[in-house]
Amino acid sequence: MKTLSSSPWIGPVLALAGGAILAFGLPVLVGDQAYLLRLATQLALLVTLAIAWNLVGGFTGYPSFATAAFFGLGAYAIAVAQQAGWPAWSGFLLAAVLSALLAAPFGFAILRLRGHYFAIASLMLVTILKEVTTGWSDLTGGGMGINLPGAGGNPTAIATVALETMVILAAAALALSMIVAKGRLGFGLACIRMNETAAMGAGIDAPRLKTIAFTLSAAICGLAGATYARWIGYIDPSDVYDVMWSVRPIIAALIGGVGTVFGPVVGSIVYIAFEELMWRNLLTFGTGALGVLIALLVLLLPAGIIPGILRRRAS
Amino acid sequence: MSASLLAQVLANGLLLGGLYAAVAAGFSLVWGVLNVVNMLHGSAIVLGSYAAWFASARFGVNPFLSAIVVGPAIGLLGWAVQRFVIQRVITAPVLITLVLTFALDLILNNGMINAFSADYRKVPPVTGAILTFGPIGLPLDRVLAAVAGVVVTLAVHAYLNNSRLGRAIVAVRMDRETSMLMGVKVEHIYAVTFGLGLALAGIAGCLMAVVFPISPLNSSGYLGIAFVACVLGGLGSIVGAIVGGIVLGVVESFGAIFVGPEYSVTVAAVLLIAMLLLRPQGLLGRAGYE
Repeated sequence: MKTLSSSPWIGPVLALAGGAILAFGLPVLVGDQAYLLRLATQLALLVTLAIAWNLVGGFTGYPSFATAAFFGLGAYAIAVAQQAGWPAWSGFLLAAVLSALLAAPFGFAILRLRGHYFAIASLMLVTILKEVTTGWSDLTGGGMGINLPGAGGNPTAIATVALETMVILAAAALALSMIVAKGRLGFGLACIRMNETAAMGAGIDAPRLKTIAFTLSAAICGLAGATYARWIGYIDPSDVYDVMWSVRPIIAALIGGVGTVFGPVVGSIVYIAFEELMWRNLLTFGTGALGVLIALLVLLLPAGIIPGILRRRAS
Repeated sequence: MSASLLAQVLANGLLLGGLYAAVAAGFSLVWGVLNVVNMLHGSAIVLGSYAAWFASARFGVNPFLSAIVVGPAIGLLGWAVQRFVIQRVITAPVLITLVLTFALDLILNNGMINAFSADYRKVPPVTGAILTFGPIGLPLDRVLAAVAGVVVTLAVHAYLNNSRLGRAIVAVRMDRETSMLMGVKVEHIYAVTFGLGLALAGIAGCLMAVVFPISPLNSSGYLGIAFVACVLGGLGSIVGAIVGGIVLGVVESFGAIFVGPEYSVTVAAVLLIAMLLLRPQGLLGRAGYE
């Protein structure tokens, strides 16, 4: 039993198995209740993005705001691929590969910057991609947006497939995050987070590890964007390149605990629950109420829920 | 392209740059002294614009005059926000202060959308005159706003260099620990600096209201301008904000002609990232560091 529980593969395998059960169990439970389907898919999407962000923002300690850039790029990649008549799987592949191909050189360049400078440079990527997508209207439809052909049909069927895809993606991201956290990569990233100069001195190839983490994160975000585009069926630049796609995962990770494996999952659940309550009861001040929640969270529970619980148990 | 058109584009860029200097100065000051990227800055500028619009519509006071009251009022608000909210996490990692000011920005921006709606409003022209220099035509309002932007920014620079409190602010920017040992109350300096930064934002808002339509949706654009101008000029340096603002204004103005106005933010962003990678200390270097 001891050898089983200490095996580094047991967690990821459990995550994937749990994901598979959830992915195909949830639609049976939920049936055709459109509201619950939407809520569950949104939750799985946020969990995916929060875990992806956590690889860079949590494990490595670089506050990235580029999530929305790769999310939007993935969404547009699959939309353009489908317009050209490619099958769905190749659209997903294109989304992941394009995001990774953009992230590797861009990440390598801007991961030399630290703190606020890195945050701003990563945020700028969102703006650049948004304007380029809007401007390149031959390919992307510009500001008018783009339809995903084949997305028509029974809305419940589309929503169910979207939920299944999104949950499996979330589970895969969680499994990957576990493997990274336990492995050499995660150890190297933790060293970089704590003291990058010392890590370099100890022989850790910091630029390479940071770029790997950034690229992995971007590929996951690209896949999440592709799933989102197929779910929604119609995307435009101001939707998929919205900065809130960068900010919400950060808030979710902050709520749960930045740099922990399960923090992004717990945080996403709390965040989605809060957002639903706010939007239903405070329609016109929803964003403002979200601001109040975030401010209180940062002031009262800066480390997040999971580290908060662990600390209480330790004392 | 004819020489007169080039001159006109350059003049437009310079005028834009004067305004951008005022937009960036307060942001740069807060970043340099507190090491806080103030995401609230853009919304504070919009708040200043609304105050100017209100003064103009209700009392018939033009934005140049109302700035004298609006600036200090928003500055007082900034002092309180720093003293009672941000100060509590001032030593936390970058991500925490960034997220906190972002949350404050959501609250202020949503509040303004509720109070004023997202519709665009416009302050009526102050003079309406157009100056002509040969082939170049410049609206007098724009010239006045740009000049006022640079003058206010230079006034803050002079204040920092010549007053007791100003020297203390610069001392904290250079070396927080040593200035503490010299008896500077750092907490107090932080609150005053944040107040000064938001006062500058309020004044910049009044000046922007002279030239541009007002809407809460402008706030993220203003924040972007502040970011870029600040990094271009050099972090924490007031003169750097003027240089950065003017460079950005001219680059944007020419970018609109050569690349197209729809790519104005991309031009600024590429400039910013190139600058961060090649010369992160800014064109003028980081005043009071190293």
